[in-house]
Amino acid sequence: MAAIDQVLENRSVCICAGSGGVGKTTTAAAVALGMAVEGLKVCVLTIDPAKRLADSLGMEELGNEATRVDPELLRANGIECRGELWAMMLDAKQTFDQLVARHAEDAEARERVLGNSIYQQISSALAGSQEYMAMEKLFELHTEGRFDLLVLDTPPSRNALDFLDAPERLTQFIEGRSLQLFIKPTGLAARVAGRGAGVVLALLKRILGFDLLADLSEFFTAFSGMIEGFQDRAHRVNALLRDDQTTFLIVCGPQAEPIEESVFFHSKLVEAGMNFGAAVVNRVRYRLVDGEVDPKQVEAEVDAELDEHDLSSRLALNLAEYELLADRDAENVEKLRERLGGAPLIRVPYLDTDVHDLTGLAEIDRYLFADEATRESLAT
Amino acid sequence: MLDFLDKRVLFVMGKGGVGKSTVATALGIRATLEGKRTIICEVSASENTSRLFRQEEVGYREVELANDLWAISIDPDDSMREYVLLQLKVKAMRDLLFRSRMFTYLAEATPGLNELVTIGKVWELAQLDRKVRHGRKYDLVIVDAPATGHGITFLRTPRTFARIAKVGPMYNQANELDRMVTDHETTGAVIVSLPEEMPVNETASLEHELVNDIGVSVDRILVNAVYPDRFGEDELPAIEAVAGSSEVLPRAAGRAGLSEIRRAVAQREQISRLEGMVSTPISLLPFVFDPELSLASARMLGEEIA
Repeated sequence: MAAIDQVLENRSVCICAGSGGVGKTTTAAAVALGMAVEGLKVCVLTIDPAKRLADSLGMEELGNEATRVDPELLRANGIECRGELWAMMLDAKQTFDQLVARHAEDAEARERVLGNSIYQQISSALAGSQEYMAMEKLFELHTEGRFDLLVLDTPPSRNALDFLDAPERLTQFIEGRSLQLFIKPTGLAARVAGRGAGVVLALLKRILGFDLLADLSEFFTAFSGMIEGFQDRAHRVNALLRDDQTTFLIVCGPQAEPIEESVFFHSKLVEAGMNFGAAVVNRVRYRLVDGEVDPKQVEAEVDAELDEHDLSSRLALNLAEYELLADRDAENVEKLRERLGGAPLIRVPYLDTDVHDLTGLAEIDRYLFADEATRESLAT
Repeated sequence: MLDFLDKRVLFVMGKGGVGKSTVATALGIRATLEGKRTIICEVSASENTSRLFRQEEVGYREVELANDLWAISIDPDDSMREYVLLQLKVKAMRDLLFRSRMFTYLAEATPGLNELVTIGKVWELAQLDRKVRHGRKYDLVIVDAPATGHGITFLRTPRTFARIAKVGPMYNQANELDRMVTDHETTGAVIVSLPEEMPVNETASLEHELVNDIGVSVDRILVNAVYPDRFGEDELPAIEAVAGSSEVLPRAAGRAGLSEIRRAVAQREQISRLEGMVSTPISLLPFVFDPELSLASARMLGEEIA
């Protein structure tokens, strides 16, 4: 079955999605590194990398702009890179501010929005704003055309679907502008709707307090001039997600919950007309023995090589449990494979140590960039 | 003794994938074993609903999962309605409000309102004298906090909201909720973590933010899925030798042993790193062989917490 470089052939955007805690950031970085090694100019956009990984990429200085990973650093880690590896850490709030600055009619409108307490809330805390800003940055870099391939590590959330819903949620929120018509007591709606609206307004004031309504009203008024620009942008961002140049990798672990979620996410991707590239299942325990394992027999055979019986029996018990976990992993992976309809599924084995540096990423690439048979033989 | 179970509200914090829901359930079972009627709240409907909740079809209704162990999935819309219900006593006024498009818009457009009414429901559940019809009295309310933003945004909502609202009943309500969140006598938090690089770092910064920025009492850090000390480090050479065997079974046993010992050593390193980074007491929870959340496995875990 296909290796990751085949999956990404002729693609210029690769989005790594999946629930939290499944090694998404590491996978995104490994994919980017591997493609750079093959000769492409690649940029990985990451949200919140582990400090050790960031350090090992020489990223401690990184802000909201792409920075090249020093080729010397790669060479020092034994990585011969024919292309270029770039990386950036996404700052959602800063990206949102830049977006406001871009769409504001003038400096005054910009300052009014940036200074509004409602804006400060939504730009950092509104559900979906971090996801949307990740897409926004991706779109910006893609439009600039400086890179052959962009790899996006999506924000950590429990539900990968949050990512796909983000543009819609944000535009819906912004379109809530019709609100301001209601909020102003002298507004159009009050006149049209007559007394009913007046009563509702009075009730709302009673429940929410007046200042909140005033702040909201001010926010939507200040924002109203930018709405078209925002909407237009959101449409184009959305179009990029569906473009033929874009492909999604679903990253998950072999436990039942992430697998179930990946099945669900895959069906949603297909439904939404997006290109699905491959599923990457991390931390898979491969079976070490074919067929049933009899702990007694293992114990006896290990005994023959060791003169410490107690250790032999612990090793036998440990192997039996390892194989059971491997069976569980295999069962779950099979469930996902069945639902992918022949699309590639890449298993990365449960390595003895976690990956925090360039050598670790290169180790993962041995699996990501191999065919299934090679992967199997490397892992067992 | 888990003295934090004597509080009335306990927030279970942590990022996705660390087993937060399992631990919340395990703590709930443990509390019932100590004679407390307990309710577990799931608060983020948009997030992946825990398996247990799906199996038992828990909704915005208090459901008994096991003896004295209750569950509710707090939906912000329902909480908002309930809040309005308690605020406006006249039915005609309520109906007018619920039917109004303006109300729907406003509820959606006001940042943090969903989180605020959700915490409001937690507060309501923790009252000894509940105003809601058929409201039971609970000794302990356990909240499986949202994983997104590490749940920090969630717990900060009352204060943020009070700052935005400035005056009015919502302002008063938000202040009341902030008092609840930061009352060390009645409210506590535990952080669920894993013995791995990222979760350890995140736990340390989460502890810092909860304690110093919000003022929450962080009572315990629970490190989940810790491997047993099955092999000693002095046994490594022997295990390596077995892994190099030419026989199939010994070789496999050796390789599985190496994986176990290397992982266990790495975990111990992470745990001692965590110990150096935080001031909250740490408890270790064993790796559960079958981590598919069932009441039985949660019970086992609950009994293990020391």
